[in-house]
Amino acid sequence: MVHQKVIIQNDLGLHARPAARLAEIARRFKAKIYLKKGSRQVEAESILDVLALACTKGSEVEIWAEGEEAEEAVLEIARLLSQQIV
Amino acid sequence: MKKLKGIGVSPGVAIGPAYIFLTGRIKITRRILKPDEVSRELKRFHRALEETIRDLEEVKKHIPSEMAQPLSIIDAHILMLKDPSLIRETEKYIRESFMNAEWALRKVLSRYRQIFLSLGDFYLRERVHDLEHLIDKVILALQGQNNQTVLKEPAIIVAHDLSPADTARLRPDTTQAFVTEVGSRTSHTAIVARSLGIPAVVAVKGVTEKVNPGDLLIVDGLSGEVIVNPTQEVIEEFLDRRIECQERRAHLSRFAKEPAQTLDGRRVAVRANIELLDEIPLALEFGAEGVGLYRTEYLYVTRKDLPSEEELYATYRQVVEGFRPEMVTFRTLDIGGDKFAEELELPEEINPALGVRAIRLCLKNPAFFKTQLRAILRASIYGKVRIMFPMISGLNELHQAKEFLKEAFEELREEGLELQELPALGAMIEVPSAVAIADLLAREVDFFSIGTNDLIQYALAIDRGNEEVAHLYEPLHPAILRLIKQTVEAGHQAGIQVAMCGEMAGELFCIPLLIGFGLDELSMNPQAIPAVKNIIRHLSYKECQELVEEVLNLPAPEEIRLLLLEWFEKRGLSPFWNFL
Repeated sequence: MVHQKVIIQNDLGLHARPAARLAEIARRFKAKIYLKKGSRQVEAESILDVLALACTKGSEVEIWAEGEEAEEAVLEIARLLSQQIV
Repeated sequence: MKKLKGIGVSPGVAIGPAYIFLTGRIKITRRILKPDEVSRELKRFHRALEETIRDLEEVKKHIPSEMAQPLSIIDAHILMLKDPSLIRETEKYIRESFMNAEWALRKVLSRYRQIFLSLGDFYLRERVHDLEHLIDKVILALQGQNNQTVLKEPAIIVAHDLSPADTARLRPDTTQAFVTEVGSRTSHTAIVARSLGIPAVVAVKGVTEKVNPGDLLIVDGLSGEVIVNPTQEVIEEFLDRRIECQERRAHLSRFAKEPAQTLDGRRVAVRANIELLDEIPLALEFGAEGVGLYRTEYLYVTRKDLPSEEELYATYRQVVEGFRPEMVTFRTLDIGGDKFAEELELPEEINPALGVRAIRLCLKNPAFFKTQLRAILRASIYGKVRIMFPMISGLNELHQAKEFLKEAFEELREEGLELQELPALGAMIEVPSAVAIADLLAREVDFFSIGTNDLIQYALAIDRGNEEVAHLYEPLHPAILRLIKQTVEAGHQAGIQVAMCGEMAGELFCIPLLIGFGLDELSMNPQAIPAVKNIIRHLSYKECQELVEEVLNLPAPEEIRLLLLEWFEKRGLSPFWNFL
């Protein structure tokens, strides 16, 4: 298991478009990738569940991944979440 | 062969296959599956999902590149349909609770709806609508009634009713005609159909049940006849009728470029409302005497960042040159702040129609406003330009806006630009308070332009996009007629011209009243121009003034409508047909 904490930087939080970007990236990797906020954990591929986490700007989330390419996946997603997403 | 009858609201004859457009909540049947039906139901569910995804991908392919950014939400929609969690939950209801796929999908939808709404986030509430819409699409696919938003082949749209959003999605090049179960001559579908020049019949009872998808239909938008699966003989008769229609239309357009003058010699300027560069040739062909309303929002809403002065100028110059020597009336940005939340750091608003929009947004962001004003002024060198400010509600706003315009003008002169004088300046009259102080505003500007769409919405406190109250939207409401009269009188007393650029200005039914009120200019969708000019040529200004007197004594829109119908009939004119 690989994991990393990030602070959401996108002004509008993880709304539809950023969540779509996240799901697209997650689908590309073979690893199972999860997003955890507080006690709730969802699959990064599930745009609906990610939206339901209601991650606003500045909220802290943890990226978890297991399996093949787990490290690369976490790195790339951490990079996405800690930037301004258009 | 079946004959149905409704009210013809937009003339023309169309022959084509029926396309049933389902709107509103779709009724689903709930069924408990037998255990041996489960695997087939799962397959059915996946097939419907895939079909819906394919459809969305098809829609995406047809989006013009400049619209790609704003419509990138479609990517998110596709991913919602591929959502592993959504798929898993639905499968679980099918497999473990033996629900049919439609029922299972509704269950999953209601779970997400609950979660999203409980978060109290305005934006997520919007996503609930998206999801509802998507799941409806899947359910339609399950029922074999694929409700595509893009018609691939030309077809006749048959629907219970069409909301403004529905009609906006229908493309005029593949929509041959509209047939709806409800509606009237003044309903939204009728107005849109007329402005697009598409035949339409409304109030055809039970049509969505009597017609099957793919049935051959003949629609006569003048007589209100709808014929289902006609015989060869009837088809031929209607083809003749269609040629006749085209001839009438051709006749109208022959005179499109002639001016519009009443029988007793009152000249009224008939201009076009435009938004895009590619509308210029069409507007000219239909006989527009310049542009009464150039909507300038397009360059702002189709992208994420703000357009530069150069980009604006390049486009504006093409418009101004395109209509030279006729005039182009620029409406400065009329848009809600929500579109620029990022660049301008504006708070989210609960009620944007009453919030920081149009001139308010511009006055709050001087640099942003001046960029547009500078671009317009620079373009004004290449032709004849007027500028008008939208949503003026008081004198102060007008003073401030003028101040910005003067500053931009002086700046450009100092930079060496050869600007002779400020363009003619107008106030849009679309907030009731502006009507109340029209006499004061009139001293400050060179013309008024009445924006009836917003004026009606604000005066009657009706959000036209809200289907619960949309039927109360009524141009012939006595209050609206009085507001128009008051505006024209105030303008004329101050010696300035008064124009109208709302939808009402292109409605044949309203033209005698508008002429009678003394409006100097009517601006409308280009397609409406030949017919409006034609009807003006058959009116007497004096009679129209008398009509106005009579109408202003009537208490309610229904009576006004009846009187108007009678008035038209007595003169052998048809308010719904663009030819005598």
